[in-house]
Amino acid sequence: MAQLASISSTLLYIAFLLYLVATVFFAGSIKSKKHTNQTGKNRWATIGITITLIGFASQLGYFITRWIASGHAPVSNLFEFITFFAMMLVASFIIIYFIYRLHILGVFALPIALLIIAYSSMFPRDISPLIPALQSDWLAIHVSTVAAGEAILAISFVAGLIFLLKDIDLSKGGKQAFWLESVLFGIILVLGFVLSATAFSVAGYESEFTFVNADEEETTVQYAMPALVTPNEGELLTEGAFSTGLEMHELVNAPRLNTVIWSIGVGAILYLLIRLITRRTVAALFQPLVKKANLDMLDEIGYRSVLIGFPVFTLGGLVFAMIWAQIAWTRFWGWDPKEVWALITWLFYAAFLHLRLSRGWEGNRSAWLAVIGFVIIMFNLVAVNLIIAGLHSYA
Amino acid sequence: MSKIICQCGHENPEGSELCQACGRTLTEAAAKRKTHDVMRYEGMARRSQTYHSSIIDKIWNFFSSVKVGVTLIFITLVASAIGTIFPQEFFIPQNIPAVEYYESRYGIAGKIYYVLGFHDLYGSWWFMLLVAAIGTSIIIASLDRGIPLYKALKKQRVERHDSFLKRQRIYTAYEGNASDDVIERIGEGLRKRRYKVKAENGHLLAEKNRFSRWGPYINHVGLIIFLIGAMLRFVPGMYVDEILWIREGETRSIPGTEQEYFLKNDGFTLETYQEGDSEVFDQTIQRTGAIAKNFQTDAILYKRDENAVAGSQDELTEVDHHAIQVNVPMKFDQFALYQTDYIENELYKMNFTMDNKETGEPVGAFTVDLFNPETSGVYELEEGYSVELTGYYPDFSGFEDGEPQSDSPLPNNPAFLFNMVSPEHPDGEVAFVAIQQNLEPLGPNEYEISFNGIETRDLSGLTVRKDLTLWILALGGAIFMFGVVIGAYWNHRRVWIKKGPDSILYAAGHTNKNWYGLKKDIAPAFEYAGLDQPMDHQELKESDSSAKEEEESGTTRQHK
Repeated sequence: MAQLASISSTLLYIAFLLYLVATVFFAGSIKSKKHTNQTGKNRWATIGITITLIGFASQLGYFITRWIASGHAPVSNLFEFITFFAMMLVASFIIIYFIYRLHILGVFALPIALLIIAYSSMFPRDISPLIPALQSDWLAIHVSTVAAGEAILAISFVAGLIFLLKDIDLSKGGKQAFWLESVLFGIILVLGFVLSATAFSVAGYESEFTFVNADEEETTVQYAMPALVTPNEGELLTEGAFSTGLEMHELVNAPRLNTVIWSIGVGAILYLLIRLITRRTVAALFQPLVKKANLDMLDEIGYRSVLIGFPVFTLGGLVFAMIWAQIAWTRFWGWDPKEVWALITWLFYAAFLHLRLSRGWEGNRSAWLAVIGFVIIMFNLVAVNLIIAGLHSYA
Repeated sequence: MSKIICQCGHENPEGSELCQACGRTLTEAAAKRKTHDVMRYEGMARRSQTYHSSIIDKIWNFFSSVKVGVTLIFITLVASAIGTIFPQEFFIPQNIPAVEYYESRYGIAGKIYYVLGFHDLYGSWWFMLLVAAIGTSIIIASLDRGIPLYKALKKQRVERHDSFLKRQRIYTAYEGNASDDVIERIGEGLRKRRYKVKAENGHLLAEKNRFSRWGPYINHVGLIIFLIGAMLRFVPGMYVDEILWIREGETRSIPGTEQEYFLKNDGFTLETYQEGDSEVFDQTIQRTGAIAKNFQTDAILYKRDENAVAGSQDELTEVDHHAIQVNVPMKFDQFALYQTDYIENELYKMNFTMDNKETGEPVGAFTVDLFNPETSGVYELEEGYSVELTGYYPDFSGFEDGEPQSDSPLPNNPAFLFNMVSPEHPDGEVAFVAIQQNLEPLGPNEYEISFNGIETRDLSGLTVRKDLTLWILALGGAIFMFGVVIGAYWNHRRVWIKKGPDSILYAAGHTNKNWYGLKKDIAPAFEYAGLDQPMDHQELKESDSSAKEEEESGTTRQHK
């Protein structure tokens, strides 16, 4: 079993590398001089999608072997869930790709999947046994459907992002250019987190503090990065480790805030370096890539993925969720933060569809809504688990 | 009611935008609106767009507006998010009043949160009102649109006026092609694609998946049923939410069942994963410590015989016997019992010995059941020795005026007043015994009571649930899903073929969504008839503008 678990990790690693290579080929496909219409058959894109398929098969292998090794569907903690979400994102991309054959989608969808996999592996990757509440077939059913729904909805974000990169006139500046740059900055921050966490982990950095928590109890806490902020009445136990001694309020999760500060710091430096070296905004850097993109097609793909994803999300995030909640927690609905944020996600996409269907919000506005929707999904995926404690805190 | 008479002679109700017979645009305003907007409800008169005078009109128009509906959705969305900033009242510890908890834990922000009532946001009158407003909006907006749409699609004419066809996004006039053979072939091609094709005077109307248009209205019906189901919870008798704390070995009546059902706890089990259970888990267990594996109450369900005395436990018949676990509730009648809580190792019995102080020799041992101390109060020991329990203080909290006090009937800190009878002291010696405490209130004794171990048992916390609204919610949910799926995964597509004068063939296509799919769907039929596929005017517009853009920025040459 332990061997199977290690094979599983290797397969995920291979999938990661293959997605990376596939991204390069998709980038090649839109650069190709012979090929101007951006859809249909193209040698670069064919190689790109083939590698993507092999990568997906490898990730599926990771999923199946890990399932066998652990004896349960590997969607039971943050690492497993986010990785599975990335896998579903790739699957959604593959499906949408075969419907529309729009190459540029791969140039953006795959890097986002890569970033999500990298992000997920910053959480503990051990295989953990299931607590009683999770011992149910509904774990696999509910979680996989939610992830699939959210992943399909995320394709609308990818299409929306490409749409906006082409549609917004960056030379004139303005609100839209600012917010588009902010979205890209946000993506760079995630990269900042992955880079700093990986760097300190490779360097083997670790330090421990004792502190007094909100319930007035003394406990210890581990820091994976040098402490820029310390917990309430925190005292450093590890010799030679770094600490500013800047104490936080008892309600603040200091090690997490510390990680956030490092991520923002590293991300901001990264962003500034890009700006200094290239002397352009990040949006402007990407814009040449999307010059030939077909706005109408992107708008259609964005809308279509919301239409496909919304029922799947409703089924997984609300219907299956309620059925399982009735079985495991005695009530189908209990205003747990994760439940509330699933409802918020659902309400948001319901509003999206109404605005689109009845008020004609197409193109630019629809693309912005898709971007906001993805932000909400990511908030529910990550922040609700890490910031707002609730029944779903399985990290 | 005034009518609008179209040039073709058809009388349309007031408020119509398109003639229901020929499709001509009826008003200046409609002519200026985008085709996509006019076509959404087939240019039909809608109550909300036609009448504006009475108060009922105003209410109707308010709730039928999608703008209002979406605004309500956004307000609900933001409110819901606010409710997750701090935990809701039902998540905070029960032993602290909410008014103190929020301020002491979250400071001034917590106080504001509490004062504004956000600690019980989802149960607040205004949140309920918001949901009710959304419900009203769903009903009115659906009636306002659904009924006219149904009527319009039901009585469609095959032949439409040229202007109607020209307005469509997919439209081409093929010159010199209007032969019956070509039209026949287009019809045949579309039939192959599962279009229902109607022919009239050589014109065609091909249509498929009209049912997909009913999707939104069906899912709205589902939502309304769901909301009604959610409201019914407040009807007495529909919903039971009780907690049953039950000790190992105990039999208790199940709250909410009117003393009809009883449950016996035949043992509670708490298991944790052990290192070595599975080698793949070892690392996690080492990192996080013990992980719970199972919470289980072995339960026996009894039903009281119908003519038994209320409250008595004598005439019970076993009905069911199985383990209640998390995720595996015990179901009976309309009830379900869930494993939701437990307390491990509650004091159950205390063992004592009575010893001779001088020799240290015990003269006998006895056990006090902390829940059910010996009723006669006398524990017989060896010949001539006995202990009388004269006072029992299960939750001892100290003395008041020389009298021992008990805070509760639960044995959290048991204390005892014993009278030790021995041959030397036939009237007995008095001893006060508490945990870590031995007093001799009436002077020194010859004998003493020594503590000789405890027995504990577990308490199982079970939630008793009855929810008669579940089937209504399930029905609403199922209808919603059905509606949302047919609305999202199918598209209503129509193609009009008109034989014009001078052998001109007009072809137009419309879909409620997924234009790319429509184009792909109908292309083979036109190919089969030897025609180019009809043009998408929106795409043309866009490529025109992007071509212009490229010309302006001088980039066209680069990719040629």
